[in-house]
Amino acid sequence: MTTHSNKSVLKPADADQALEAVRWAISEETPLELVGKGSKRKLGRPFQATHTLDLSDLTGVTLYEPEELVLSARAGTPLAELEALLAENRQQFAFEPTDFGPLLGGEAGKQTIGGVVSCNLAGPRRVKAGAARDHFLGFQAISGRGEAFKAGGRVVKNVTGYDLSKLIAGSYGTLTVLTEVTLKVLPAPEDTRTVLIRALDDATAIRVMALALQSPYEVAGAAHVPASLAGALGVEEVAGGAATAIRLEGFGPSIEYRAGKLRDLLGGFGTVEFLDRQPSLVFWAALRDVKPFVSTPERLVWRLSVPPADGARVVADIKGRLPGAEAYFDWGGGLVWLAIEPGADGAGQAAIRGAIGLSGGHATLVRAPDTIRASADVFQPQQAPLAALSARVKETLDPKRIFNPGRMYAGV
Amino acid sequence: MRMPTPDASVLARRAEIVNALRAIVPGEGVIAERDEMRVYETDALTAYRQLPMVVVLPNTTEQVSQVLKYCNEVGIKVVPRGAGTSLSGGALPLADGIILGLGKFNKIVDIDYANRTVTAQPGVTNLGITNAVAHEGFYYAPDPSSQIACTIGGNIAENSGGVHCLKYGLTTNNVLGIEMVLMNGDIIRLGGKHLDSDGYDLLGVMTGSEGLLGVVTEVTVRILRKPETLRALLIGFPSSESGGDCVAAIIAAGIIPGGMEMMDKPAIHAAEEFVHAGYPMDVEALLIVELDGPEAEVHHLIGEVEKIALTCGAVSIRISESEDERMVFWAGRKAAFPAVGRISPDYLCMDGTIPRKQLPLVLTRMAEMSVKHGLRVANVFHAGDGNLHPLILYDANKPGELQAAEDFGADILKLCVEVGGVLTGEHGVGVEKRDLMNHQFTEVDLNQQQRVKCAFDPEALLNPGKVFPQLHRCAELGRMHIHRGQLPFPDLPRF
Repeated sequence: MTTHSNKSVLKPADADQALEAVRWAISEETPLELVGKGSKRKLGRPFQATHTLDLSDLTGVTLYEPEELVLSARAGTPLAELEALLAENRQQFAFEPTDFGPLLGGEAGKQTIGGVVSCNLAGPRRVKAGAARDHFLGFQAISGRGEAFKAGGRVVKNVTGYDLSKLIAGSYGTLTVLTEVTLKVLPAPEDTRTVLIRALDDATAIRVMALALQSPYEVAGAAHVPASLAGALGVEEVAGGAATAIRLEGFGPSIEYRAGKLRDLLGGFGTVEFLDRQPSLVFWAALRDVKPFVSTPERLVWRLSVPPADGARVVADIKGRLPGAEAYFDWGGGLVWLAIEPGADGAGQAAIRGAIGLSGGHATLVRAPDTIRASADVFQPQQAPLAALSARVKETLDPKRIFNPGRMYAGV
Repeated sequence: MRMPTPDASVLARRAEIVNALRAIVPGEGVIAERDEMRVYETDALTAYRQLPMVVVLPNTTEQVSQVLKYCNEVGIKVVPRGAGTSLSGGALPLADGIILGLGKFNKIVDIDYANRTVTAQPGVTNLGITNAVAHEGFYYAPDPSSQIACTIGGNIAENSGGVHCLKYGLTTNNVLGIEMVLMNGDIIRLGGKHLDSDGYDLLGVMTGSEGLLGVVTEVTVRILRKPETLRALLIGFPSSESGGDCVAAIIAAGIIPGGMEMMDKPAIHAAEEFVHAGYPMDVEALLIVELDGPEAEVHHLIGEVEKIALTCGAVSIRISESEDERMVFWAGRKAAFPAVGRISPDYLCMDGTIPRKQLPLVLTRMAEMSVKHGLRVANVFHAGDGNLHPLILYDANKPGELQAAEDFGADILKLCVEVGGVLTGEHGVGVEKRDLMNHQFTEVDLNQQQRVKCAFDPEALLNPGKVFPQLHRCAELGRMHIHRGQLPFPDLPRF
């Protein structure tokens, strides 16, 4: 028996073996840690599991029909492999999933499609294309009752039965063992370019991004990086000052036209510059993968989801409460990546969640040592009726609490 | 249609129940007279009718909560209802149940351009949301054909679509938050003006749950800026194959049109004779491709689509040169249902989705079924996303024709599943497709879905008799059979 994080590992070769492993765990009432390639293992609350169910051998594309915009793959298939296949057909997963590997101290490019879906990842294109949940059409899975089941389908338009795909997306492996997933794919844009407005403060940047997002120019990304973090993105053209970035994607003539329109619309706020395709790709990937905070691993990293127009206010409030806090904005202000000093009281949760307050929204502690993630509320605490409903939903799929128990909330 | 047997003990207590409901919703909010309840006896699936026990029209979320809590405690079934435009019988009443109508929840609560959201009560119509923001150049993207009448609350229940789904998504992709009430009276908020829910995505589960999980009392949706330009191409093909090839080729070229609709010959003829849109009468398939977006993009893509259509063997192409002309192109498609209604006393509108490439096969098989059942069929097709609406023509006054039409419809939907598709793309299962669910799902699949319902509504009082062919008690569904120590796969690697 070899060990992997001091846990014994079950590594099924196919869905049937995974089913047997789950049935065994149910009969032993022993919790399982579900992992693909482990790139997001440090995401969520630490929890007790005597065994790891390693799904990384469940690989392979089972269906890909580019003209039908659909792809199915076994859950352990590496995302990178699928993205390469899609690129050959000039297609992509439009939700542009974040790669948490480097941020959480691991390698880039390791994650599996099952992990991407389970954590409902979404990158900067979220404002236009949605998150993994919006592209997740159906799945095959094993429930904590030891049953293989399916939900959804392979077609985009489907309202037959409950949309359990949404429930599973973002459940962090606490409800089922995914064995196969089906996703909608979309054409990759022919070209891309970024409009940069320089030297704006946070509040003005939020207004500028709102104007861009309210425009008919089909913005596919709206982010603001303050001067202190602009250099960390690894794009020479952006370093040296705050950058408010508006991404355009699509056909050449259309990008040319829209870039001109946005320059006219936003030029009054600051100097306008343009990033061409290559630096643009690097910029948005770095922003997506939280690169500005990778090189300071001791700091705690929070991810805040707030009404976009409130982004700057929330961050200013937090900075007043937590000296040394730094933040940048994606999703037009609706997604805040925040780094704080490691010694902050209670990992800063009271200050951060207090600042979000009545705006509505939530904060997740993405990077922190195990001890801190064990004591802080990693996910936003829920009101009692919602927490009770979530616990009842967990009960329907995993009554013995075998799958990643406590990873999101204690007892769920 | 088999519905749950009415509970005689509930019916016997009707007067007491009506009084209790009047104590919660005073005045005209409780309707108990047969004649006044008549308007609630059916929805847009008019083949089925049933008077409810009583109709309740609350004004506030608190009243909804109290009504549901009371019904939960005394075991009364509840059927939620918006505008009653369901095409699958989702709002069909139960003899021993109340209709909970949300029609008085008809106000826009908040318009927030900075966050690009509208918050509305569930009884606001789909078009009402667009109308509230149109003067600022915004709109709400999902546009089911019933958008003048259907409510946003009903859209959540059904996960409504429309002709622009391929590019802009269904309801589920455009709703950000809801306030809802559970059967036990708990009031729960999911999401808000931020882009993703925290915790489990119960908003995603609620959307499309057909009124079986909770009652929506407020909705926040995202709004979009109207595209600068909209133009359409009207393309005729000599066969459905060449039309289907054209759709595939457009998508393969990386183009996702705002709308892409196909009609077959019977639908083209019915529509043309009704609205005189200038449709070609000598083609087998007609495709409307609408391109929307920035002016430069639309101009560029119109040319691309035209080239693709010619390579696919198009025999006629018209390109809209004005907004009026674009509307004329759409007039026939939008009037397809009433146009078919003109040439037949009754029609059934089906709603399966298929992998698009299966279209020629499905149309061929459907023509064979048409002969077998002795009924005509016309097809309109959301070609981009494979959502097929066969319209089966029948005459309810001819003995046996309704049954024949329903049998024909069931055969079509089974065929959709057989070729890799699903029973319903946007109309919902309701009562109409309930008994076909076993063709798409195994008992294990369906039981798991019903267990999720148990988390929301353990007594199965909310809209029972819809969606699921068999109702199981939650206690029965919760039982687990565990076989200790059995390892049929002894070779499972253990490290």
